[in-house]
Amino acid sequence: MLSFRSISKAFSGVQALQDVSFDVQDGSVHGLCGENGAGKSTLLKVLSGVHMPDSGHFDIDGKHCAFRSALDALNGGVAVIYQELNLVPELSIAENVWLGHFARMGPFVDFKELAGRTEQSLKQVGLDLHPSTKLSRLSIGQKQMVEIAKALTRHARVIAFDEPTSSLSAREVDTLFSLIRDLKAKGLAILYVSHRMDEITTLCDACTVLRDGRHIETFVSMEGVAAATIVNRMVGRELAGAMVEEDHAPGAEVLELKNVFGPGLHEPVSLSVRSGEIVGIFGLIGAGRTELLKAIYMGTQGQVLIGQKLVPRAGPNNSIRNGLVLCPEDRKKEGIVPMLPVAENLNLSIRRSVAKLGFWLARKAEKANATDFVNRLRIKTASLQAPISSLSGGNQQKVILARWLSEQLKVILLDEPTRGIDVGSKAEIYGIVRDLAKKGIGVLFVSSELPEVLALSDRVYVMSEGRITGSMLTKEATERSLLSLALPKGGVA
Amino acid sequence: MKFRQFIAQSGMLLVFVVVVIAACLIAPQFATKINMIGLGLQVSSIGVVSCTMLFCLAMGDFDLSVGSSLALGGMVAVIVGNATGSLFFAALAAIAVGAVVGLLNGVVVAKFGINALITTLATMQIVRGLTNILGHGTPQTALKPGFDFLGNQTYFSVPLPIWMLVLFFIVFGVMLNRTVFGRNALAIGGNREAAILAGIKVSKTKMCVFALSGMAAAFAGVVEASRLQVASNNAGDKLELQAISACVLGGVSLSGGVGTMSGTVVGVLIMGIVENVMRLKSVDAFYQMVVTGTILLLAVLFDRLKLRILRAA
Repeated sequence: MLSFRSISKAFSGVQALQDVSFDVQDGSVHGLCGENGAGKSTLLKVLSGVHMPDSGHFDIDGKHCAFRSALDALNGGVAVIYQELNLVPELSIAENVWLGHFARMGPFVDFKELAGRTEQSLKQVGLDLHPSTKLSRLSIGQKQMVEIAKALTRHARVIAFDEPTSSLSAREVDTLFSLIRDLKAKGLAILYVSHRMDEITTLCDACTVLRDGRHIETFVSMEGVAAATIVNRMVGRELAGAMVEEDHAPGAEVLELKNVFGPGLHEPVSLSVRSGEIVGIFGLIGAGRTELLKAIYMGTQGQVLIGQKLVPRAGPNNSIRNGLVLCPEDRKKEGIVPMLPVAENLNLSIRRSVAKLGFWLARKAEKANATDFVNRLRIKTASLQAPISSLSGGNQQKVILARWLSEQLKVILLDEPTRGIDVGSKAEIYGIVRDLAKKGIGVLFVSSELPEVLALSDRVYVMSEGRITGSMLTKEATERSLLSLALPKGGVA
Repeated sequence: MKFRQFIAQSGMLLVFVVVVIAACLIAPQFATKINMIGLGLQVSSIGVVSCTMLFCLAMGDFDLSVGSSLALGGMVAVIVGNATGSLFFAALAAIAVGAVVGLLNGVVVAKFGINALITTLATMQIVRGLTNILGHGTPQTALKPGFDFLGNQTYFSVPLPIWMLVLFFIVFGVMLNRTVFGRNALAIGGNREAAILAGIKVSKTKMCVFALSGMAAAFAGVVEASRLQVASNNAGDKLELQAISACVLGGVSLSGGVGTMSGTVVGVLIMGIVENVMRLKSVDAFYQMVVTGTILLLAVLFDRLKLRILRAA
């Protein structure tokens, strides 16, 4: 049993965790929910020895634990599987599983022994691959299995998962869940952090809700606990109206694609978006959705028309000038500039157009713009000059979104606009997107969450294997009809 | 906690103050006017080159060819000066040559995506070779009168190179903080992908920075040749390392995205003062190398410590 006892932790005056206590039983999956900034990540980092708690402690099987490093935690029986996996892509599976604990013959690595041991642990996680396979050849789901195998070889008693399904396909999620149930049957204590309520209600045996660093409630049994109940505890308010559909009539065509093609696509794509219309692109991971948006925004093949006007295909700068922008999927890799303050991140794309004489920074205009958006989008930040990396995921996403909302905006391409952010921020981002549409902007957004597509869009295109497999009005679409179009041929709906 | 944060944030400035006080105590002749001017002249080349090196580092790149470009700039200036008798044409030709070298670096790095370290390592060799070819492997003396104007003219009894260094610090400081170009350079170093998607012309900015770097180095070469009345084929030896050291001392990150002009000025001065004091005390040149190397190492360690303190806070 893993027990947290009055754990508190503060960072430069901000109380990230305050007096958090709850138990995770052996042989159970314990959900951990909360909005971004609620303290889930901090708790995981305390558990894995990255942070020391200011006060309080936790016990494993009644034994007092005080881990000072990740290695300490691993030796103490705690493994945390982070969203970004900690694996070495250029090494083999075997080497990754046993990294730091290689079997040796004198000074040499005993690869035979290593492979043998690895084969066993791969069997345990149901991964049918040769131990000498290079890790970079594996899919994200398979890599996760390797990470779990690694945890098992270290005799982990407690395994914590941080949003493990955020980049998995539906099939990979099924495999992961059956593995987690196996681990549970073996008597391990499992802590499961997720934003997806359906996962919490179907997979977990118990669940704890955190809000603003405090323990709000622990449901010791999930029987009769509805997703809405948990969400209410997370946000501390009713989310009524978050998904209300509003009637608005789309106007003339504002974006038209003619045979747009690029890497990752199997067929040239032609589609259109009307002014004030929200069009969703649904598809599984790897269907070519991100690739399509990139091809529209920065590709060279095919024609892109904005309001009947042909956009010269010469990179992002030209697209932006014509009112076409892309808000990227991977916030960390393609969105934020981590060392720069909130204001600069927000003004990154409009800076040249507001600058005096084209080069001299318009500091007043930039400040006004940043202040305006921080207020309008309710971005929670200590100041405009705070580094963006100090903000929660949802607030970072709002800053990145604000970067694109200039006066000239005509069409916005959104790639997974709510990935990895909490329920409250999600609703706010939906609101922002609807406001944009009301102003007559065309919205083309990619999502792998069906409820999101159904709630937000007026019309949906479905992609599979690099081509568009269908399109329909959202009011005529069902989860089943969309999914059957999205599954690769030969798949079962 | 507050105290530690203060130390972390303004640490290099404190080190600077300590270095100045120590210098005054160790060498009484340090704080004299004549030595101050000597110090200014001593750091004038490093200072000018550090300005553009700061931009390169901010972008996440290096320019190792600056030392060679300085030598080539001086050589071209002396040869053109001797041929035409005009310092103006001499300087113009040198800066143009520097711009060509810089642009070459920029095009290879930005358009072909070759690592800046390798690219500028190669041009460093090429340019040093060209300098020796032009100068027939020996230093070339300036023969025409008036060639020493840039190096030796004084205003308010301060030599022109020092005024120009101050001007460089101000112009590049303003450029980094107040222009789209400067902020874009920092954004590119901070997250290249994000900068591309935000519509920043990454290759154009990179080519500009490298071209500026070549021009600044060549200009420093002209000034140095003008001051010494000779263009040495070995001028600017290890200048690239000194400039990078000064920037790092001033808190510029080698991985890009972080850097300030005030820090760079402090870095240049710390390096200069330490060398200056050792010369005043006639410390053996080999010991000088040990000391400057040690300082650089300590600065980098301090930088890491600073990050840790700021993160923990």
